[in-house]
Amino acid sequence: MDDGNEMSEAGPVVRDRPGERWGGRWNVFNRYANPTRFMQLSAKLVPWFAGATVLLMAAGLYFALFASPPDYQQGESVRIMYVHVPAAWMAMFCYTSMAVASAIGLIWRHPVAEMTAKATAPIGACFTFLALVTGSLWGKPMWGTWWVWDARLTSVLVLFFLYLGYMALENAFDDPARGTRAAGILALVGFVNVPIIKFSVDWWNTLHQPASVVRMGGPTIDSSMLIPLLVMAGAFTCYYFWVVLVRVRGEIIASRIRGLRLRQVHG
Amino acid sequence: MLSGFLEVMRRDVRLAVRQGMDSLMAVVFFVIACVLFPLGVGPEPQTLARIASGILCVAALLAAMLSLERLFQADYEDGTLEQVALSPLPLEAVVVAKVAAHWLVTGLPLIAASPVLAILLQLDAKSYPALLAALALTTPTLSLIGAVGAALVLGARRGGVLLALLVLPLYIPELIFAVAAIDAAGFGYPVQPHLLLLAGLLVAAVVLVPWTAAAALRQALA
Amino acid sequence: METVVTFVEMGGYAGYIWPAYGLSALVLIVLLLASLRGLRSREAALHDLQRQDDFAAVRSRRRART
Repeated sequence: MDDGNEMSEAGPVVRDRPGERWGGRWNVFNRYANPTRFMQLSAKLVPWFAGATVLLMAAGLYFALFASPPDYQQGESVRIMYVHVPAAWMAMFCYTSMAVASAIGLIWRHPVAEMTAKATAPIGACFTFLALVTGSLWGKPMWGTWWVWDARLTSVLVLFFLYLGYMALENAFDDPARGTRAAGILALVGFVNVPIIKFSVDWWNTLHQPASVVRMGGPTIDSSMLIPLLVMAGAFTCYYFWVVLVRVRGEIIASRIRGLRLRQVHG
Repeated sequence: MLSGFLEVMRRDVRLAVRQGMDSLMAVVFFVIACVLFPLGVGPEPQTLARIASGILCVAALLAAMLSLERLFQADYEDGTLEQVALSPLPLEAVVVAKVAAHWLVTGLPLIAASPVLAILLQLDAKSYPALLAALALTTPTLSLIGAVGAALVLGARRGGVLLALLVLPLYIPELIFAVAAIDAAGFGYPVQPHLLLLAGLLVAAVVLVPWTAAAALRQALA
Repeated sequence: METVVTFVEMGGYAGYIWPAYGLSALVLIVLLLASLRGLRSREAALHDLQRQDDFAAVRSRRRART
């Protein structure tokens, strides 16, 4: 985007710059230069992550569905673990990235970081949802019921609510910048609370010990199961980076559209 | 600074008392919600006694949340908040003062009403001290955590429902430890560890919340 | 043929395994397509706006000359 009409015959045109609301030359630099560099970098990275996702996913599915042996206790149903556990990992990973990106966005007013936090939330929510549903589908044959108030499942459920709250707050304001900042604070508050909630749920679970729970994925895990698990986790991670880059690109373009519209309205 | 702090607190309490019914709403909700449960699960004393602690804590938690939306709303809309933010009194102190006032007009009445409801719900007589202690430690934390949510939703569409969505997941530890304390007393187990955990959460909230809520208020006013 | 059937049956757990994989695939693909479509439509909108903008700039420059 070139600012061709920066100078007119009448002298420099004073325009409304969104970056200057927060004052300082440094912010203006960040507001414009940094997203531009991000656009160049992400355009190069997206195909690589897309390719890596497809390759790793194909390899992961091959290992998960064909090459790995059935578990001696859980039989073939152990194959659900290869989507369930990576999805649960990604749920935590996405929440952590969201909180870190929000912190960077709040402290340094870094626009790409703010957009990354915003773009991560729906991806994290999808992974959390998948972790819950696949956990339930795994629990039915293992525990005999669709849902058990197991400490881990309960924590993931609470994490899902935290994602929903983040996205609801993000979308509740007419001014998108306001929504991003408020949701950023919420992400940090939630991040501080996640260990406390986890601890309290574990505490609660030991008080109400369920009759008999088959432990999902015990501590001794055979390498024939570890390989599909790690390959699938790699595939999910690459998928996350692929989609987050695409979404942040979308956010940057949306903010450029807003800027152009403002300019057209204000002449 | 202390006089400014007390002034904000006194003003909020006076406003709440003048509105009368408004501040009683939380207690009325608490009572009605607790009365609904026996109608839902049946009047057998054993069943009620078993779930009384959970009902009391969940209802108290929801009641404490009800009036949160108004915590900063009125001051935000009429511009008082902006003036207070410009005054020498730090915004963190304003948050603490308003939370203290909120607790005085909602938390305290909830604690006062809880023994009566405990009788209705057939709570074990041994659990009463634990119930009062747990609520005394829980309700301030609920008001504190709620203040962050109330500050975040200022100016949002459908702030009330949104506030519930934001705050309720964060209330889970409070609920778990409060119910655990009351149940422990009923079963004759030591209550102290649960109460200490609740006290720890309260201390953490007192330290972290004013700072966070003030940051949330600043971005709402920016 | 038999191996395909035993594979699909998944030792009797087909009713749990295939929904788990199918739903995961569905959710991830829908999210990916939605993100890509959002990007495309915004790129198109930006392109249109920039063309309008350039057009307006050319017109105003022409007007300034005459």
